[in-house]
Amino acid sequence: MLDFLLNEFLVTGDPLIYGAMVSMVLVSIAIVYVLTYFKKWGYLWREWLTTVDHKKIGIMYIIAAIAMLFRGGVDALLMRTQLTLPGMEFLNSQHYNEIFTTHGTIMIIFMAMPFLIGLMNFVVPLQIGARDVAFPFLNAVSFWSFAIGALLFNLSFVIGGSPDAGWTNYAPMAGPNLNPGPNINYYLIGLQISGIGTLATGINFLATILKMRAPGMTLMRMPIFTWSSLITSLIITFAFPILTVALALMTIDRIFGSQFFTLTGDGMPMMWANLFWLWGHPEVYIVILPAFGIFSEVISTFARKQLFGYKAMVWSMVIIAGLSFVVWVHHFFTMGAGAGVNSFFSITTMLISVPTGVKIFNWLGTMYKGKIRFDTPMLWALGFIPCFVLGGVTGVMLAMAAADYQYHNTYFLVAHFHNVLIAGTVFGCFAGLTFWYPKMFGHKMNETLGKISFWFFLIGFNVCFLPMYFLGFAGMPRRTYSIEPEWMPLNVVSSVGAVLMAVGFAVFVYNIYYSFRYSPRETQGDAWDGRALEWATTTPVPFYNFATVPKVEGPEAYWLMKQKGKTTYDKNNLEPIHMPSDSGVPFIMMAFMFVAGFGLVWEWMIVAIAGLIGVLACMFIRSFDYDHGFHVSVEEIKETEEKARREEK
Amino acid sequence: MSAESDLTTGPLEYRSHEDRMTILGFWIFLGAEIALFSTLFATYAVMFGRTAKAPSPAELFELPMVLIMTFLLLTSSFTCGIAIHEMRRGSLKGLLTWLAVTLLLGLGFLGFEIYEFVHYAHEGATLPSSAFWSSFFVLTGTHGLHVLLGISWASLLIVQLRRRGLTQVTSRKMFVVGLYWHFLDVIWIFIFTSVYLIGMVV
Repeated sequence: MLDFLLNEFLVTGDPLIYGAMVSMVLVSIAIVYVLTYFKKWGYLWREWLTTVDHKKIGIMYIIAAIAMLFRGGVDALLMRTQLTLPGMEFLNSQHYNEIFTTHGTIMIIFMAMPFLIGLMNFVVPLQIGARDVAFPFLNAVSFWSFAIGALLFNLSFVIGGSPDAGWTNYAPMAGPNLNPGPNINYYLIGLQISGIGTLATGINFLATILKMRAPGMTLMRMPIFTWSSLITSLIITFAFPILTVALALMTIDRIFGSQFFTLTGDGMPMMWANLFWLWGHPEVYIVILPAFGIFSEVISTFARKQLFGYKAMVWSMVIIAGLSFVVWVHHFFTMGAGAGVNSFFSITTMLISVPTGVKIFNWLGTMYKGKIRFDTPMLWALGFIPCFVLGGVTGVMLAMAAADYQYHNTYFLVAHFHNVLIAGTVFGCFAGLTFWYPKMFGHKMNETLGKISFWFFLIGFNVCFLPMYFLGFAGMPRRTYSIEPEWMPLNVVSSVGAVLMAVGFAVFVYNIYYSFRYSPRETQGDAWDGRALEWATTTPVPFYNFATVPKVEGPEAYWLMKQKGKTTYDKNNLEPIHMPSDSGVPFIMMAFMFVAGFGLVWEWMIVAIAGLIGVLACMFIRSFDYDHGFHVSVEEIKETEEKARREEK
Repeated sequence: MSAESDLTTGPLEYRSHEDRMTILGFWIFLGAEIALFSTLFATYAVMFGRTAKAPSPAELFELPMVLIMTFLLLTSSFTCGIAIHEMRRGSLKGLLTWLAVTLLLGLGFLGFEIYEFVHYAHEGATLPSSAFWSSFFVLTGTHGLHVLLGISWASLLIVQLRRRGLTQVTSRKMFVVGLYWHFLDVIWIFIFTSVYLIGMVV
């Protein structure tokens, strides 16, 4: 037993990992101590763990995503350290493999997506004038499944060993023969659990946006961020089942011995690559379209103009969503599919740059002759445009199938996708968070610190990734753990850039603390002179969002209201509001799912079955639960609204 | 909870806005299920013929058994339709009777499917035999698992219907189960054609 614990269960033999274990234990003890000392267990359970409020769920998503950004960022710094000089012995090859795998997986699945879904959760119901999402209970299930999946995946670092086959997890490298043991199982099960939650989110937001818009808000009057969320949800709904199947097939390969992606029994390893990217390419649009939506909102608000080319923006997103499903082969032009197939996918890939280009010109058009304010959210948006264009142009270079044989699996590719994912998604998350921060927490983030953080991050980002294009041309392969002497100078530059980005991130996080302590509190709901309905509510937003359902009379609903001197609060027209009840079932159900997942990872079938029975029992309880929520009385609404609006007068 | 108003006429399950939204959400979920099964069908198509040393499908597939399974499931879809019709007529007893018939037919289908799998295993075609058989068992097995889930779900619903009678909520739940059941039927038609019929002649 002890032998198993020390040799297989716990990861041993590396000082870095011992450090991680100690810090995990210390942080856990500290959290338990603080919660007990301040008697906050009940508060935590009542206000957060059992909540079905889309605003709180959104905030929890964002907090978790920032923690994951930290984890993924530390992975990145470790890799940059190892690659700075030739012959570094900071990480061995196995450890390096694990770290680039967890870096990629965490950044895409557990950072980018939850960050954007968090913002969607908080903002979309407010923007359409709704009081919650269509299925609040399901929304809580989604969040907890993401949290449990992330927890399971991160556990691999100290228990059992991290996955090491890259975030694309290619077979047969990730198969049972070449990679026995629990590490790849962590990848498969962790992603499976959180993927179920993402699918549920997609369905939830489709129903919410289609059915819960305030009266008068036709589809073409919706704020552009809501549009981007709608299209994203549509992509999620049709792309995530593909991932579910791909992960399930490989899990069955590994645990029950099937032959899908194996080299024996006529299996086909390239089938994995195809299925993975059939989901994986739509996935990159899942993480970029909401960011586009955020930039559109921010640019329009801070240029103080209506969004230029609204309809073109919407249609280009629709076209991007369609094309995103027919480009997947460009991730492996070198598979040997033949000239015809490669040409097809080459052309579809290049086509995507057309609607994307339309969007870029629309943002420029929005700013043209606008009275631009350079607040931090706007800086992120402005930084995004040139950096993203660079990533887009190199993307078109990669789309040329013949040329791709040169770029494939080199640092040119690494530079390209960081250029679109960081400048697009990460800048978008930061822009969105600083933009909606006053709505979430009742105070703005400090502008000076925000600008310092922006400049560090922007400069660091370019210093870090521009050299990588040249390293790629010089032949430096992706996922190598040691560099040749001739690649050294540019690698040193790149590592300096990584440190600058880390400083930028640290300042951003410090800014959260600093603003909490010192920022002036918002006295009214409209922090930035906004244009969509989320700014029509008071700050902090009451749990029912809108006392009276707003009537929408045109595009930019709140802007119109302000011009006509209207508000969304009509004291004489209040009615009791129906709200869903909180529930502990989602949290408990996903706790059982964790048990089941952990059992599957270690292939302890009894544990897995016990966990699954727990999950089914929770579904059973839910099925027999006829709690239809509660009504908020008119008196309570009046009291809440008058308290919130007193200072406005 | 919403801007759209509740109705006082029309089918029970469509009266409240919340229930209409749930039904729409379920349709969207079925869209996701189509993506899921499409992926399994695509995998099956790619793996077709990759039987390694295991027997080929033409050697093992037998029309009579598959036809019986098909008739059981198609009939169950029909009786499920009658059950919903009885629900719309307001007859709880009719609904429960036809629902029970539906579930029995579903159980019969599952019984045959399990027998079929065991039979193939005896003939040397199991999940690990080859890529083809892996994809066959996972595709048909996933469908079978869905049928099992549908039966368990509908059984819970029978308890609730008996306890609460026909209300807006129970009829909505019943209607959604009905959608699910018909969907499984549609999937089976594709399995019958593209797995069994094609597997027998190619």
